[in-house]
Amino acid sequence: MSYAIEGTSGTWEIVVGLEVHAQVISRAKLFSGAATEFGAPPNSQVSFVDAAFPGMLPVINRECVAQAVRTGLGLNAHVNVVSRFDRKNYFYADLPAGYQISQYQHPIVGEGRIEIELADGSTREIGITRLHLEQDAGKSLHDQHPTKSYIDLNRAGVALMEIVSEPDIRSPEEAGAYLRKLRSILRYLGTCDGNMEEGSMRADVNVSVRRHGEPYRTRCEVKNVNSVRFVMQAIEVEAKRQVQVWEEGGAVQQETRLFDSARGTTRSMRSKEDAHDYRYFPDPDLLPLVLDEDWIAALKAKLPELPDAKKRRFMQDYGLTAYDAGVLVAEQATAEYYETVARGRDAKIAANWVTGDLFAALNRAGRTIADSPVSAAALGGLLDLMADSTISGRIAKDVFEAMVETGAEPADIVAQKGLRQVTDTGAIDAAVAAVLAANGDKVAEYKGGRDKLFGFFVGQVMKAMAGKGNPGLVNEALKRALA
Amino acid sequence: MSLDPATIRRIATLARIHVEDAELATLATELNGILGWIEQLNEVNVDGIEPLAGAAQMALKMREDVVTDGGYPEKILGNAPERAGDFYAVPKVVE
Amino acid sequence: MIPTDLTIAGARDALRQRAITARALTEAHLAAIEALNPRLNAYITVTADRALAQADAADAALSRGEFAPLTGIPLAIKDLFCTEGVRTTAGSRILGPFIPPYESTVTANLLRDGAIFLGKANVDEFAMGSSNMTSGFGPVTNPWQRRQDRSAVLVPGGSSGGSASAVSARIAMGATGTDTGGSIRQPASFCGITGMKPTYGRCSRWGVVAFASSLDHPGPFARSVQDCAILLGSMAGHDPKDSTSADLPVPDFEAACARDVRGLRIGVPREYRMEGMPDDIERLWQQGLGWLRDAGAEIIDVSLPHTKYGLTTYYIVAPAEASSNLARYDGVRFGLREDGADLRDLYERTRASGFGAEVRRRVLIGTYVLSAGYYDAYYLRAQKVRALILRDFTEVFAQVDALVTPTAPSAAFAQGENMDDPIKMYLNDVFTVPANMAGVPGISVPAGLDANGLPLGLQVIGRPFDEQTVFAVGAALERAAGFDALPQIRAGD
Ligand SMILES: [Mg+2]
Ligand SMILES: [Zn+2]
Repeated sequence: MSYAIEGTSGTWEIVVGLEVHAQVISRAKLFSGAATEFGAPPNSQVSFVDAAFPGMLPVINRECVAQAVRTGLGLNAHVNVVSRFDRKNYFYADLPAGYQISQYQHPIVGEGRIEIELADGSTREIGITRLHLEQDAGKSLHDQHPTKSYIDLNRAGVALMEIVSEPDIRSPEEAGAYLRKLRSILRYLGTCDGNMEEGSMRADVNVSVRRHGEPYRTRCEVKNVNSVRFVMQAIEVEAKRQVQVWEEGGAVQQETRLFDSARGTTRSMRSKEDAHDYRYFPDPDLLPLVLDEDWIAALKAKLPELPDAKKRRFMQDYGLTAYDAGVLVAEQATAEYYETVARGRDAKIAANWVTGDLFAALNRAGRTIADSPVSAAALGGLLDLMADSTISGRIAKDVFEAMVETGAEPADIVAQKGLRQVTDTGAIDAAVAAVLAANGDKVAEYKGGRDKLFGFFVGQVMKAMAGKGNPGLVNEALKRALA
Repeated sequence: MSLDPATIRRIATLARIHVEDAELATLATELNGILGWIEQLNEVNVDGIEPLAGAAQMALKMREDVVTDGGYPEKILGNAPERAGDFYAVPKVVE
Repeated sequence: MIPTDLTIAGARDALRQRAITARALTEAHLAAIEALNPRLNAYITVTADRALAQADAADAALSRGEFAPLTGIPLAIKDLFCTEGVRTTAGSRILGPFIPPYESTVTANLLRDGAIFLGKANVDEFAMGSSNMTSGFGPVTNPWQRRQDRSAVLVPGGSSGGSASAVSARIAMGATGTDTGGSIRQPASFCGITGMKPTYGRCSRWGVVAFASSLDHPGPFARSVQDCAILLGSMAGHDPKDSTSADLPVPDFEAACARDVRGLRIGVPREYRMEGMPDDIERLWQQGLGWLRDAGAEIIDVSLPHTKYGLTTYYIVAPAEASSNLARYDGVRFGLREDGADLRDLYERTRASGFGAEVRRRVLIGTYVLSAGYYDAYYLRAQKVRALILRDFTEVFAQVDALVTPTAPSAAFAQGENMDDPIKMYLNDVFTVPANMAGVPGISVPAGLDANGLPLGLQVIGRPFDEQTVFAVGAALERAAGFDALPQIRAGD
């Protein structure tokens, strides 16, 4: 059953399109030589170009163009060999030139698509309308002074990729899945760090509601939502607001709104009200951007294996379920960790340990795979000790915990704590004899037909051997002794 | 196409130029005079003509991704009519 | 001979032979500025101390036998070029307090080659004008006067009116200008000097306050074609900081002035023969063509069918680009600020009081032609007509090597004339605008006087990046014309 909003007058479908602004990973800005690092002192990473001083001119950064092309290729999108930069004209406190250099009519990347996975295991394709390069604005601080706003231009001119989706999204869950998938692809490509908290990935959410089968109704744009969770919340509250407006006989006004995460509401954004006539025209300080086909091909040849391809390979080569493969490829580091563990070992057992015990341990320690206390090699070593039955699966769990705490090598822990499995039948027979001797009554009941007591004897023998007895040999010895 | 006072107000707002009501009439005459004169462009047959944005007949050159600029906040802020520390200061903006 | 009468070429030799010192040359110009600028208002800012320091440095270098192409040559700089540490106003009150922390590429090139800067020359506000009447720092007086009516104060043309007036009155040996629709060539014609607009991309626009980016061309003024060639040789060159700058070597423009024009095909565009054009101008044009024929050039009638649409196209494209280029003057980071109730009010009051009437008019026109619903009818159509204008030139330059036309449809007019109706003022640029649309090089050379004794210029237009032919033809006209009339207001008089 697809997502719907229950109104007083029936159910409503939501229609969502996302405009994601992804900050390009580059040393210098899109049109100036100033640095892009986050968190520098105010106005310390600003050139005269970024501050729009008289007579200053833009010169484009090749790496930013390359990053846009890589991203386009990663989104299965068409890269336009000829694109152009336009000026988007509007006055705003943190927009020094009074215009933003963007790409309006001729973006560098055209149509593409992203496949998303949903909780029920189903997948959907979300269309990408376009990707274009543009300048970021500066930052206005409104909370530093009672009657003033302060302006820091460090971010002004940093390259952004605006990635626009088709209005294909039909639920908050799909929006979340789309954003996580997009972020994963950008991180694999190394074109954006996807860090929404620091603002290097921001989403404008276009939301409208309609009765099933209806054409689109008026949409509102909720600006600059800065976490996946907030995007999902914003969609829900904005859709509910619109449903209420329609059902009360009103009409939704096309406008720009802000999501208030504290109150969990959206509100109209006054400052944007009249900014709607942007007077786009080709920037006369720049010329058409013409890309060399060979250059694009070279960039394509160097692309890494992306999440979808990796997932397919994990399912084929390692026989993993779609779910496990999906979990393992979400982050590149996890996928690499897993492959190191799985190489030359039982891939399924490796997957269980990584997605099970390792993830649990990382969660408890509040760590990521990158700074995992247990290296992939060490975990592999643990799996080897089980494979050659140096230790049992049960002991392995204890060894793993020790590895998490001490970071020591599994072999050392086993040796140190003397956890090596006992395969000496003499020792096992002795333990069996002792257990049976101590439980004469149970032996009688067993021989009287209570077969399920066998498990009890196994448990007692293992206990007596501190869990180190080889389970197979213990079984055989008991069968013999009780025959 | 001729400009009425309301349109001139809209344009002036877009351009962020304060216009007194008293100026509107004169502005309308001047601007409409110019626009009327410009109308003669409609005589030209431009069917199938590719628009020309500029006289430079070349492709865009690209810069290497190297930090070569910035790092001089004093020069950036030195001409500012109002500053607060290393920030520009403006009347509070309501979003 | 008084130093202020020297040509740049002449002064260059005198300096290298130590027949004159850079200090003496500079002091002579500074004294003349002190005497004449109150009358001419050609300079907004005079940088006497800097100029003398630069002169002493030049003399020190010369005494070591070291010199660059312009060592010791005093120039005026149009106040549209940002000069590090020296106030740069663009003729606008909105930039009144602005002191650039950087040097424009063109002026940096001139300094590299040893030039001395006397000061910043007056200019129509943001280069928007053809009379220098729109300057926020007062109008400029043309050093020439009507024979019959010495009392009438004439305009120097615009927008580089201060530069043209200064060079004509000999209070600068040469000057920088910018030409967006004729702003070098028309004032050169009005002031009886030579002005050259090179090919778009030949001189960097970096550090030049932008009016209309796709049309702005920096270029030189001087009192001879050769002097313009010398100055352009220093000003020109590829600049990686300007994406529209051409990555081409700078040819020897000075040498091109001595080239023979024998065998050159000179085009005469019939569309430049406009009704109502004074007979003096028509006569001078024919005379100029005769001189070139005598010099062995072949005169060919050609057609530039879209000439008459150049101006109207210009008055869409230029204001559109200007409306965007001037958005940065908002009272936040530099320049004038008028306080307001909120930020928008601050913007609107700052721009209303900082911009003069002509600038406000053009910003509003530009905003309108780009606004929703009108873009296609105005801006897009203008861009297509611009393509046709370029095609006219491309086709004509398949038949001829250069074009010769009048520079302007009239001689200098008096302050106050042509002020009642903006369009009358705009018509001054009818012969110069098409070259800006196409980005092709053009020069104006003084060729004679009209019945009032006022100078008239002839314009030579050439192929893109073929300034050499333009200089060669310009120099041939100059030699034949033997123009030696002097303005009534001038140094050493
Ligand atoms: Mg948006
Ligand atoms: Zn954007």
